[in-house]
Amino acid sequence: MIMSYHPSLLPLAAICVSLLATVPILLSDRRPNLRESWTLLAAIGKFCLVAVMLPSVLAGEGFVLTLAEVVPGVPIQLRVDAMGMFFALVASFLWIFTSIYSIGYMRSLEEHDQTRYFASFAVAIGATIGVAFSANLLTLYLFYELLSLSTYPLVTHKQNDEARASGRKYLSFILGTSIGLVLPAMLITYMVAGTLDFMPGGILAGQASSATLSLLLVLFLFGFAKAALMPMHGWLPAAMVAPTPVSSFLHGVAVVKVGVFSILRVIFGIFGTDLLGELDLGLTITVVASLTILVASLIALTQDNLKRRLAYSTIGQLSYMVLGAGMLSAAGMTGGLLHIAMHAFGKITLFFCAGAIYVASHKKYISEMDGLGRRMPLTYGAFLLGSLSIIGMPPLGGFISKWNLLLGAIEGQQLLLVAVLVGSSLLNAAYFFPIVYRGFFISPAGEPDNPGIQEAPLCCLIPLLTTAVLSLGLFFFPDVLLQLVRQALAL
Amino acid sequence: MTATNLHLYVMAVPLLSAFAVNLFGRRYRAAIGPVAVSALGFSTIAALLTLLRVLQQGGYRYTVGNWQPPYGIELVIDPLSALMLLLISAVALTAAIGALKSTEQELPGREHLFFTLYLILVAGLLGLVMTGDAFNLYVLLEITSITTYGLIAMGGGRAPLASFNYIIMGSIGACFYLLGVGYLYILTGTLNMADIASILPGLESHAAMATAFGFMLVGLWVKMAFFPLHNWLPNAYSLAPTGAGMMIAPLMTKVTVYLMIRVMFSIFSPEYTFFAHSGVQAGIVWVAALAILCASALALAQRNLRRMLTYILVAEVGYMVGGVWLANTTGMTGAVLHIVNDALMTLCLFLAAAAIVYRTGSLEFDKLRGLYRRMPLTMAAFTVGAFSMIGVPPTCGFFSKWYLILGAVEAGHWEFVVALVLSSLINAVLFFRIIEIAYFQKPEQAAAGGLLAGEAPLLLLKPLLVAAVALLAVGIGSGPLVSQVIRLALPSGMVP
Repeated sequence: MIMSYHPSLLPLAAICVSLLATVPILLSDRRPNLRESWTLLAAIGKFCLVAVMLPSVLAGEGFVLTLAEVVPGVPIQLRVDAMGMFFALVASFLWIFTSIYSIGYMRSLEEHDQTRYFASFAVAIGATIGVAFSANLLTLYLFYELLSLSTYPLVTHKQNDEARASGRKYLSFILGTSIGLVLPAMLITYMVAGTLDFMPGGILAGQASSATLSLLLVLFLFGFAKAALMPMHGWLPAAMVAPTPVSSFLHGVAVVKVGVFSILRVIFGIFGTDLLGELDLGLTITVVASLTILVASLIALTQDNLKRRLAYSTIGQLSYMVLGAGMLSAAGMTGGLLHIAMHAFGKITLFFCAGAIYVASHKKYISEMDGLGRRMPLTYGAFLLGSLSIIGMPPLGGFISKWNLLLGAIEGQQLLLVAVLVGSSLLNAAYFFPIVYRGFFISPAGEPDNPGIQEAPLCCLIPLLTTAVLSLGLFFFPDVLLQLVRQALAL
Repeated sequence: MTATNLHLYVMAVPLLSAFAVNLFGRRYRAAIGPVAVSALGFSTIAALLTLLRVLQQGGYRYTVGNWQPPYGIELVIDPLSALMLLLISAVALTAAIGALKSTEQELPGREHLFFTLYLILVAGLLGLVMTGDAFNLYVLLEITSITTYGLIAMGGGRAPLASFNYIIMGSIGACFYLLGVGYLYILTGTLNMADIASILPGLESHAAMATAFGFMLVGLWVKMAFFPLHNWLPNAYSLAPTGAGMMIAPLMTKVTVYLMIRVMFSIFSPEYTFFAHSGVQAGIVWVAALAILCASALALAQRNLRRMLTYILVAEVGYMVGGVWLANTTGMTGAVLHIVNDALMTLCLFLAAAAIVYRTGSLEFDKLRGLYRRMPLTMAAFTVGAFSMIGVPPTCGFFSKWYLILGAVEAGHWEFVVALVLSSLINAVLFFRIIEIAYFQKPEQAAAGGLLAGEAPLLLLKPLLVAAVALLAVGIGSGPLVSQVIRLALPSGMVP
C-alpha cells in the first residue's frame, strides 16, 4: 500500500504535549500531587493524540508537517508513517504506566528532586516521539540529541560519585558517537544524495561507490550508540545507576529503541534493502548483531546485580532487532521490527519488577533474593511472564517476533543465524530462570518459612501486572502491530 | 535624515552620545545608562531598516560629505556590511544593558569613562564594516583598538599589563596592515578599495603585490588572534572588566574576520587570493585546523570559566578563517553564518559568566558548585550557549558547523573536517565538565526563597535570556537567513 500524506498539526501536538508539560511541572514544584497530575495528563494526552492518528495511518493516510527549512533541501519535518506510528504507539502507551510507576517508586523511596526528575522525563518522551515522527535524518538527529541530553539528569539523578562516573560514561558514548560518527556520516550522505529524506527504497542507490557506502553503514551502525551494538554498549550497564523507572522505560524502551529505530530508519529509508542486498552489506549487519547477541547473553549470566543482568539482556535483545533487519528478508525484517514492541512490553515488566523488589525489600543483588517470591508472589509471577516473553516462549508476545526471526533465518538458509537465535534463547532462559527459581524455591537462611505477603505499593504493582498481562495478550492480539509492521515494510 | 543616509546615523548616534556621556556623565550619573542604551537601541533599529532596504533594493555606495572618491571617503553598504551593522549594534545593545549592573559593581564612579570608551568602540566597529577605503579602515581599526586597550586596562589586578601586552601586539598588527596599504598605494596610487580592485588586475603580478597582500593578512590575523598569533587575547579578554569583555569578545574577532573577507575579495579578487600562489590556500586551511585543535587543547587546561571561554574564542577564529579559505561557496557561507552565530554564542556565554561573577565574585571552577540550584535561569541560558558551542541542533552553532564541514568535505580538506569534529567533542568535554560541577557539587551556602533568590539582577538576567533565545531563533531561522541574506552577502566572483 502506498502511503499518502496530509498536512496536519497532530504530530507536532503529540510531541509538544509532553515538552510543554515541563512548564507546569516545574512551576508546581511545591505541590507534588498537582505536579504528578500534569505528568499523567500529558501521558494520557500524548497517547490519545498518537492513537487518534492510528486509524488513518492504518488506512494508508499519514500526516506531515514542515516546521522550518533549515538547510537547502532538508527541512525540520515531521511525518507519521506506519513505522513511526508503530514505535510511537508502543512508547506513548508504555509511558502512561511508567508515569504511574514512577510516582509510586519515587514517593516510596522519598527520592530528592522529583520535580527535575519528572520534567526531564517529559522532555525525554517528547524527544522519543520526535524520533518516531522524523521525516528525515536531520530531524531525527535533532530529537536524538535532545533525548541524549534530557536523559543525562535522569541517569545522574542520585548525584553521587557513582552517578557522576556513569553520567560521564553515558555522555562519552552517546554524545561522542553521535557527533563523531553520525554527524560526518549524515553530512557525507547529504553531499552524495543531496537530501536526507527517508524514502522507501533509500536515497543512496547509485550515488556513491561501494566503499563509501560500506563506510557509511559502519558509521551509522556504531554511531547510533543507543542501540548498544558491541563495542558501543558500555554506557547501558553504567546507566543502571539511575532510578528504576528510568531504567525500565528509557533503558528498556525509549532510549535504546530510539537507537535501534534510527538504525532501522537508515537501513530502510537511507540505504534501502535492495541496495544493501546488492552490496552484500546485510552480512556485516548480521555478524555484528550476532556477536553482540551471544556475548551480551554470556555476560548477563555472570551479573549478580539484577538491573545489570537486565541491562546485558537488553543489549542482546536489541541486536535481535538489528539482526532481523540485516537479514533483508520479509520474515526477518518483520520479526526485527515486531521485537521492538514485544521486547518493550517484556523488558519493562522485568525492570518494573526489579524496582518493585527494591522498593519492597531494598535488595539489588540476585544472590540476596532467596525466597522473595513467596513474599511477593504477584511481582514474581509478572517477572516470570516477562522473562518467558523475552525468551520467546508461547503464549507470550516475544514468541511471535522470535518465530518470524527464525523463519527469516531459515528462509535465507542461514543456518548459523538459526544457531545463534536458538542458542541465545537458551542463554536467556539460563539467566532468567535461576532468578525465579531462587525466589520461589530456595528458603532464605534464618527467616521464618511463611513470612507473609509484602508487595510493593499499588502504584508500582498495577503497572507491572498490566504490562505482564499485556505481553501475554500480544500473543493473541498482535493484529494492529503486525499490520503496521507489514505496512512499514511495504509487504 | 533620509533613507539613503540612514546607515550614517547608525554610526553617528553612538559616537555623539559618547561625547555626551563623557561631558555630562560625571554629574548626571543616572542618565548614563539610558543615554547609552537608547543610542544603541536607535542604532539597532536603524541598522535593521538599512538591512531591509539593502535586501530590497540592493547595495549602494555613499560618499561622505559628497567628496568624490578616490579622494573622499566612500562607505559601502551591501548585504554583508548591512548584516554586520545589525549584528554589531544588536550585540552591543544587549551587552550594554548587561554591562550596567556589572560596571556599577566593578567600576563605581567610573561608569561615564567606561561608557564613553564603550560607545566610541561601537561606533568604530560600525564604521569599520562600512568603509570602502583601505586607509580609513586602518584609522578605524586603530580607534577600536585604542578604545579596547583603554577598556581592558580599566580591569583590576594584572589587567593593565595584559592591556600593555595587547598594545604591543596590536600595534605590530596595525603596522603590518599599514605597510600593506602603503605598498598598494605605491602600486595603484589610490586608497579606495573599489579603485584598487579595478586597477590591480591590470598590473603584472608583482612581488610588491604579494607582499602587500601578505602584510595586510598578517596584520589582521594578529588583530583577530588567529593561532599562533593569539597570545595576547586570553589575558586581555579574561582580565578586562566584565562589562567590556562581554561586548569585546563577541565582536572584535568577528569584525576582524569580516575585514579579512573585505581585503580578500573587495581589494584583491578571489582568483588572486586563492589561485595566484599555489599552496597558500591549502596551507592556511591546515593552519586553521591546527588553530582549532591547539586552542581547544589549551582550553582544556584552564581552571577558570572566562579564561576557558577565551581559548574557545581563539578556536572559533580558526573555524571562520578556515571556512573562508576553503575557497568554495559552502565554506564561505559557513564562515559568514559562523560570524553571526559565534557572536551570539559568545555574547550568551560571556553574559552568563557576568551573571555568575556578579553573584559569586569568581569564575574559578571550584566556585561554580551548585549553581544549577542557586541560579537556575542563568545556568539554563548558559546550557543553551554551551550546546550551541558543542553544536547540538536546533541551536545556531550546529548549522554553521554543518556548512563548514560540508564545505571542507567538498574541498577535500579532510584535516579541517577532523578538526571541526574533534573540536565539537572537546567542547562537549569542556562544557560538561562545568555542567557537572554546577550540577553535582553542593553549593557552599544553601539558597533560600524562590526561583530568583540567588539569581543575578533582572537587568543582567534579561539580556542573557534574550541572547539564549536568540541562539535558538537564529538556529531555526538559519534556512531563510542563509538563502535570503548570506547568499546575497557572499562576495561576487566566488565559485558558485
